Amino acid sequence: MEITNSVLILGAGSDIAKAIARKFAQHHYAVRLAGRSPEQMDRLKKDLINRYNTHAFVHLFDAADFNSHSSFVSSLPELPDVIIYTAGYMSEQGDAQIDWLKTKTMIDVNYAGAVSVLNRFAQLFSERGSGSIVGVSSVAGDRGRGSNYIYGSTKAAFTAYLSGMRNSLFKKNVQVITVKPGFVYTKMTQHLTLPARLTSSPEKVAENIYYAVIKKKNVIYAKPVWRWIMQVIKAVPEPVFKRANL
Amino acid sequence: MKKVISNWGNYPAQETSEIINSSIEGLRNSLVNGSNSFIPRGNGRCYGDASLGESVLSSLQFDYVLSFDRDKGIFECESGMLLSKILEIIVPQGWFLPVTPGTKFITVGGAVASDIHGKNHHVDGSFCDHVLEMDIMLHNGEVVTCSPVENNELFEATRGAMGLTGFILKTKFSLKKIRTSYIRQVQVKASNLSELLELFHEYKAYTYTMSWIDCLKKGKHFGRSILMAGEHADPEELSAHQKKNILKPYSDELFTFPVNLPSFVLNQYTVKGFNFLYYAKNLKKYINSIVPYDPFFYPLDKILEWNKGYGKKGFLQYQFVLPMDSSERGMIDILTRINRKGLGSFLAVFKVFGKQNSLISFPMEGCTLALDFPVRTDLFPFLDELDRVVLDYGGRLYLTKDARMKREIFWASYPGAQRFKELVKKYNPGYRFRSQQSDRLGITT
Repeated sequence: MEITNSVLILGAGSDIAKAIARKFAQHHYAVRLAGRSPEQMDRLKKDLINRYNTHAFVHLFDAADFNSHSSFVSSLPELPDVIIYTAGYMSEQGDAQIDWLKTKTMIDVNYAGAVSVLNRFAQLFSERGSGSIVGVSSVAGDRGRGSNYIYGSTKAAFTAYLSGMRNSLFKKNVQVITVKPGFVYTKMTQHLTLPARLTSSPEKVAENIYYAVIKKKNVIYAKPVWRWIMQVIKAVPEPVFKRANL
Repeated sequence: MKKVISNWGNYPAQETSEIINSSIEGLRNSLVNGSNSFIPRGNGRCYGDASLGESVLSSLQFDYVLSFDRDKGIFECESGMLLSKILEIIVPQGWFLPVTPGTKFITVGGAVASDIHGKNHHVDGSFCDHVLEMDIMLHNGEVVTCSPVENNELFEATRGAMGLTGFILKTKFSLKKIRTSYIRQVQVKASNLSELLELFHEYKAYTYTMSWIDCLKKGKHFGRSILMAGEHADPEELSAHQKKNILKPYSDELFTFPVNLPSFVLNQYTVKGFNFLYYAKNLKKYINSIVPYDPFFYPLDKILEWNKGYGKKGFLQYQFVLPMDSSERGMIDILTRINRKGLGSFLAVFKVFGKQNSLISFPMEGCTLALDFPVRTDLFPFLDELDRVVLDYGGRLYLTKDARMKREIFWASYPGAQRFKELVKKYNPGYRFRSQQSDRLGITT
């Protein structure tokens, strides 16, 4: 099978990134992995080649190191067809409240770093007149909750950014997809007890993202039920919401 | 993190801490700096307590493919990779697993630790007969490569050893060449046990053979059964529809058993199987068909989590093997006892094993039978009684299915037990790797 399309995964160290890489490789995409750990990415690169006989490459990328983004983008040998921003950092609300560094890392990785690097690709994709940009945001960004609002606010900002970019780039034939996975069994959530019916797997999220790209979707949730849950959560009036234990 | 874990039989359930690592360094750190004892655990498809312990070391994040020689058919992967995922990769390339059990949802590490057997044991032996090399992390974090020629002692002590020598990191094994992903299947009815044994003899040239026995039948239908024999099909044999994609990996939407059924409800799988046998009564003696590999090897995987059909109390699977010369007498004896007690499942899986040459693996030349029993209080004394009978006929039980065998039965029935214990002690001094089962059987105490 000929390999003609390519995907760039920003933040390739996560479980969701691993599943996304495998899903696109399975569909004959060349995969460019970009992240901070070369050993981890090299292991995945070999896995992709052995599994699907595709092309895979490793690039060093640090979402929080904004100064490096310009040279990162210009060092890529080709402009990919699909870019997926999966870099993310979550700290406990209580820890982040007393530790500015944790809060700042969330802002940098979940929002500022995404804007810094995706602005550049948005420009290049507009000029080319094609491409898909996928941002993995979170349902936590749909409404701030007492237990998780620092993380949630970084995701809210990212969601708003993606929404605006979708509106702007639509005229340039560039597709922008917002992914709000809901609960997913990953390294990031392994210490939590998650409700099985609402929790998805990285593989399922990856599959949804692949089909969202193919079918040109706008906003997707890993499980459809999350769309309704978030509608309800958003609809609760603030005087009630602020008293709730969420 | 602490959580209650049980394996496929939902019995026993134990509170344990699950340790999830995704890198070799992380794993080493858990082993060297942890204060607990551990047992490696893959997808939790052993039935009893073989992968339960004070803490379990999950292998599931170790799921990377390390090499795949598409010309020679040699596959190398980390130990947490599921056979289902391997099939998706190798089948389109014209390769198949050398040995597979009745479910594809087990890990490669589990396949080695159980030294699994399949329908082709009489021809191809067990899984570890096809393993070329593996890497094992010992209790002190040291990684040792072993194979049938290099560090052979560790290799022999690890195959079928239920994870007691260390954590298997990666495994390299050879695959079976196939021309299509289809199986030419023959189903033959047998009206009793001796007829069934004759059929196994008659069909022994087939790569794959197994049978279902109807355990409820008394009198002249006692031992009524169906033999299934199979061979990888050639392209010429396929239908026009099948010829469109002769190496098609199988991935249909699966049905998941939603919740635990109350224990009195008959489970779907036995009812299905029962109907199948009942139906077959009205059909002709021989049925030939060309089927995809998945329904042939993994009929129960279609119903994900069928084990929940037995309810919250869980069930025990009882699998034993008897040596060839006492097989017929022994099987009749044991089936009669189960029949009389009225406890057994409707159906049992029966198969003839070929020769096996290994230290602690389950198979031996003879006949094996596997049955399900829903957990009830009167079940345990009855199985203790059956254990004695199995032992008297020179047989033994499969550790992968076991959740309750008494230690004296284990020691009397496994000739390699003493040597195995010595090797476990050599590679795992201080018993950092230990399970509820290994303590119960007195291997790590």
